[in-house]
Amino acid sequence: MSFYFTKDHEWARVEEGRAVIGISRHAADELGDITFVDLPKEGKEVRQSDAIASIESVKAASDIYSPVSGKVIRVNEALEKMPELINENPEEAGWLVRIEMTDPDELQKLMTQAEYAEYLKKS
Amino acid sequence: MKPDLRRTPLYSRHCGVGAILSAFGGWEMPIQYEGIIAEHAWCRKSSALFDICHMGEFIFEGDPEDDGMEGIFTFSVKSIPVGRARYGFLLNDNGGVIDDLIVFRIDVRKFMIVVNAATANNDFKVISSRLNGGVFNDISGETAKLDLQGPLSRDVLADCFGDRISAIPYFRFVKMKICGVDAIVSRTGYTGELGYEIFLPSSTVGTLWEMLLADERVRAAGLGARDLLRLEMGYPLYGSDLDEETTPVEAALENFVDYLKEFPGKKALLEQKKRGIAKKRVAFVVDGRRSPRHDYLISVDGGVVGRVTSGGFSPMLGEGVGMGYVTPGVDTVGAKITISHENIKMEAKTCELPFYRSGSLRT
Repeated sequence: MSFYFTKDHEWARVEEGRAVIGISRHAADELGDITFVDLPKEGKEVRQSDAIASIESVKAASDIYSPVSGKVIRVNEALEKMPELINENPEEAGWLVRIEMTDPDELQKLMTQAEYAEYLKKS
Repeated sequence: MKPDLRRTPLYSRHCGVGAILSAFGGWEMPIQYEGIIAEHAWCRKSSALFDICHMGEFIFEGDPEDDGMEGIFTFSVKSIPVGRARYGFLLNDNGGVIDDLIVFRIDVRKFMIVVNAATANNDFKVISSRLNGGVFNDISGETAKLDLQGPLSRDVLADCFGDRISAIPYFRFVKMKICGVDAIVSRTGYTGELGYEIFLPSSTVGTLWEMLLADERVRAAGLGARDLLRLEMGYPLYGSDLDEETTPVEAALENFVDYLKEFPGKKALLEQKKRGIAKKRVAFVVDGRRSPRHDYLISVDGGVVGRVTSGGFSPMLGEGVGMGYVTPGVDTVGAKITISHENIKMEAKTCELPFYRSGSLRT
């Protein structure tokens, strides 16, 4: 499955035509233990790069920006009680939201897994 | 690393196990090893080992009364029995806190003063200027300090160094040989758990560090966990909750001020008590898991009444907790307040300290 990454360390992957959004392993490690996740309401419409959620860790509070435009159709409710799922498995169980994309071509503007790995090395 | 940061004798050991290091009080200190929440939990249930070598230690030898030591702090030092420790403040003439510290009476004429790292140099100057006799030395360079904290700490130390340690009551200490050198083992700490602070020569601290970590009940913990542990107890952190612009009256720490003796700042405190204070330290619990943080605003009914000085997510309570300074009158227990910062907003309720009441501190 292909992952696409933003410079702000969010990822998106396509599942049944919808985008699943989360934060990268690198971002989760940098934040440290995550203690709270503020997710949007289902139905919320976002544009690419809009703040879509906020994550608090033992170190800081951070805004999460949407890698794609569209409508939020599901949020990961498990994170409300278990925000640590993001630390444990940021690219699977720690997903944040599912988005009905309005412009799937936006994904092409993002980094591939290999490009993101290169980006991390440089930064 | 900034070139002017200092490193403890354990620096290479921290790097060797992949600790995350960061600047704290002029030192490059381990913030976390395996993770802040896991280290915090280990301290609450077992025994956590902290490298606290950055803190300052001074030795005063002389007559506390004749040489002026008695009149320096907010508490009496001459009345501390040998083998006991006392916490309190060094104030400026305005009553502002220059530092919070602990004095250990090692002998009739010998005292050890343990101070915060960032303030150590200034503390030494201020104390020196207030003494009129005796011998006063800064031994921070050659003195190491390890904190072993958690309910199993007593068992660990007794197994390593004998039963003498088991008998030390809270805020008392013993002089004894540890790893073949003279050390002080004190039943004090900054976590709310049963625990010890061990002072020994820097040259031997690596041996003790490894010996304690070889015990499976012990794990290393960083300053991140330490901050969370002290926060749950409502212990103030100098530089965040206390500073030279804040008095013990405002900080609600008058328990550590003895008005029956003289000390610099006393006049200002009495004046403040008479005229009233402009701010008061208050503790609060957030409704939910959000973390209040330093400098977030505190408001009541839309009006700003103060600022947060420390806060975070309390793993023991499962909620955000914090403290800050507010306009007097808002500090009544149970008052509803709002904490905000940019687009972050949380509702909270003022409460009594400590936040966490089930620690093993006095067991």
